[in-house]
Amino acid sequence: MKDTLLNVKDLQTAFFTDSGVVRAVNGVSFNLEKGKVLGIVGESGSGKSVTAYSILRILVDPGKVVGGEVFFKGEDVLKYSKREIRSLRGEKISIIFQDPMTSLNPVYTVGNQLMETIMLHTDRNRSEARQRAIEMLTLVGVNDPEKRVKQYPHELSGGMRQRVMIAMALACEPDILIADEPTTALDVTIQAQILELMQELQKKLGMAIIIITHDLGVIADMCDEIIVMYAGRICERGTSDEIFYNPKHEYTKGLLRSIPKLGMGHIRLKPIGGSPVDLLNMPKGCAFASRCDRAMKICLTNQPDEIAIGPEHMAACWMNVKAVYDEAADSGNKQGGDDK
Amino acid sequence: MWKYILKRFGLAIVTVFIIITITFFTMNAIPGGPFEKEKAPDPAVKALLEARFHLDKPVPVQFWYYLTDMFRGDFGISLKTGRNIMQTINESFAISAKLGGIAALAALAAGLVLGSIAAIMRNGVFDRVIIFFTTLFVSVPSFVLATLLLLVFCLKLAWFPVWSAESHSYFLPILALALYPMSYITRLTKSSMLDVLGQDYIRTARSKGLAETKVIFKHALRNALIPVITYMGPLVAYILTGSLVVETVFTIGGLGSKFVTGITNRDYPMVMATTIFLSVLMVVATLISDLIYKLVDPKISFD
Ligand SMILES: Nc1ncnc2c1ncn2[C@@H]1O[C@H](COP(=O)(O)OP(=O)(O)OP(=O)(O)O)[C@@H](O)[C@H]1O
Ligand code: SF4
Ligand SMILES: [Mg+2]
Repeated sequence: MKDTLLNVKDLQTAFFTDSGVVRAVNGVSFNLEKGKVLGIVGESGSGKSVTAYSILRILVDPGKVVGGEVFFKGEDVLKYSKREIRSLRGEKISIIFQDPMTSLNPVYTVGNQLMETIMLHTDRNRSEARQRAIEMLTLVGVNDPEKRVKQYPHELSGGMRQRVMIAMALACEPDILIADEPTTALDVTIQAQILELMQELQKKLGMAIIIITHDLGVIADMCDEIIVMYAGRICERGTSDEIFYNPKHEYTKGLLRSIPKLGMGHIRLKPIGGSPVDLLNMPKGCAFASRCDRAMKICLTNQPDEIAIGPEHMAACWMNVKAVYDEAADSGNKQGGDDK
Repeated sequence: MWKYILKRFGLAIVTVFIIITITFFTMNAIPGGPFEKEKAPDPAVKALLEARFHLDKPVPVQFWYYLTDMFRGDFGISLKTGRNIMQTINESFAISAKLGGIAALAALAAGLVLGSIAAIMRNGVFDRVIIFFTTLFVSVPSFVLATLLLLVFCLKLAWFPVWSAESHSYFLPILALALYPMSYITRLTKSSMLDVLGQDYIRTARSKGLAETKVIFKHALRNALIPVITYMGPLVAYILTGSLVVETVFTIGGLGSKFVTGITNRDYPMVMATTIFLSVLMVVATLISDLIYKLVDPKISFD
């Protein structure tokens, strides 16, 4: 625990809209250690982006963090003054967004936007910042960087723009890079290139990464730990291997069934049926119950707690409790009792 | 870029020529003439006068005379006052330019500032006050507004003097002319600012750690300006036409009122000259606003 960079505790975020309180994040907790890669997985609307925005406090208007703590190197970021939070953003924690097409300002050159971050957080003057910008563009594999700095975002392709975003995020050597679906908007070959680049840079620069995605398959081999989110809650967490080969939450299992695996041949993919839970009216029990094939009575009335499956594996699903009971019942059966 | 400007300039000249032609022939097509009043002059005198102003020649010949004179900066003399029109325009334009220029700049400056503030503090008290007044001023026609201002502040309260040879008080006329475009620009800026503030690149700017003022004045404002710049052409058009009314109501001897009295007097050369002058102004203003638009929005290329 000594190298913990980020410690999120029971984070709760809600949007106070006209039609009611949308509970987007409902008690998310996790730790991120130095140099580690954490994956956050979940379908659209599960609260992944809102979690990330809450950490950096870049939520927009009706959104508010209503509970919990976010410790960065032991300091509660949620208690930071405006000035303190600004020196965290872009300098210690950077973020890149889902849509590179719209995430750069169309009326300023790429160089201008890169240099802006660099000059804001470091002592470099204009020409040094420009030098640094070119250096960063080279690092992220943008060809002809000297020409690129003078270009406007619309003159670059989507993949190039995402590289620019990465360059911008890493220009001040942050401790943590949050990548919010960095490849969703890009086509498959570019996706692979960008992920490869991120892995490579992670090795080179040693920052910790939080990578957010709705596609478990995409990030499997780069994460040290994976968190599976549903309806603003964490349903399962564990190492990549545990999540992939030993999933213990029905939602995780559903997610795994819905992704194509290499070498799987032509097995039919099964998307999870039903529609996401209504965040305005969260159910009392397990949020996934209405879509779960194995839902039991208790799932409808009681929210499952996170239960340790192994040393680095937790799941919040009643099935695991049932498994323990069944085991106990089995051994009881041998003694002649019939337990229901 | 220079090629583009040159091309636009050439087009502007063609536009002006077309306007001159249309105006000239329309004016000639209007029945009646300056010398046909209730007390018609003696036929001999009339013939003399017509010869003096080339009115006895066929229309195309008149047009030719007109064009050649115009290129020498000679717009003829007023049929009403007999004064040189170019000189009259020069004098009255000085007044109109001051009135219209200040009104346009004030409308732009106030509109941008108020609109941005309203967007940033949306749903606050200030925003609501702005919405109320801009809605009001956008819906009141300028002749009503001008008349009301004149009535209340000049005549009833006597806070401002009525326009005369000794006192040139520009305040009320400017107000009458500027309130509508100011309100319009305020609303335009507000909606475009709100739109821009919801864009992804604003979130990017915040996530870099920029101060909110930098986010708004560097990243948001320049984008929010783009729709406002497209309104510059209509703004100039409004100021030009609005000044016709406002100058007449406030009895200011500007270009606008010269145009209006020219029409009532059937003073054709005067009407021609002012029309040409105003349309040249309009064409130039459109050209300039197009160039500014291209400077602000890099997505528009110079082709
Ligand atoms: N501005 C907002 N107003 C109201 N509700 C919002 C707003 N932004 C997000 N939400 C709610 O928060 C929930 C979580 O959104 P979030 O963007 O975190 O999802 P996500 O997991 O990132 O999904 P995606 O994969 O689509 O990016 C959404 O379902 C939505 O209901
Ligand atoms: S707790 Fe119940 S409803 Fe929820 S995933 Fe597990 S079995 Fe399904
Ligand atoms: Mg998202």
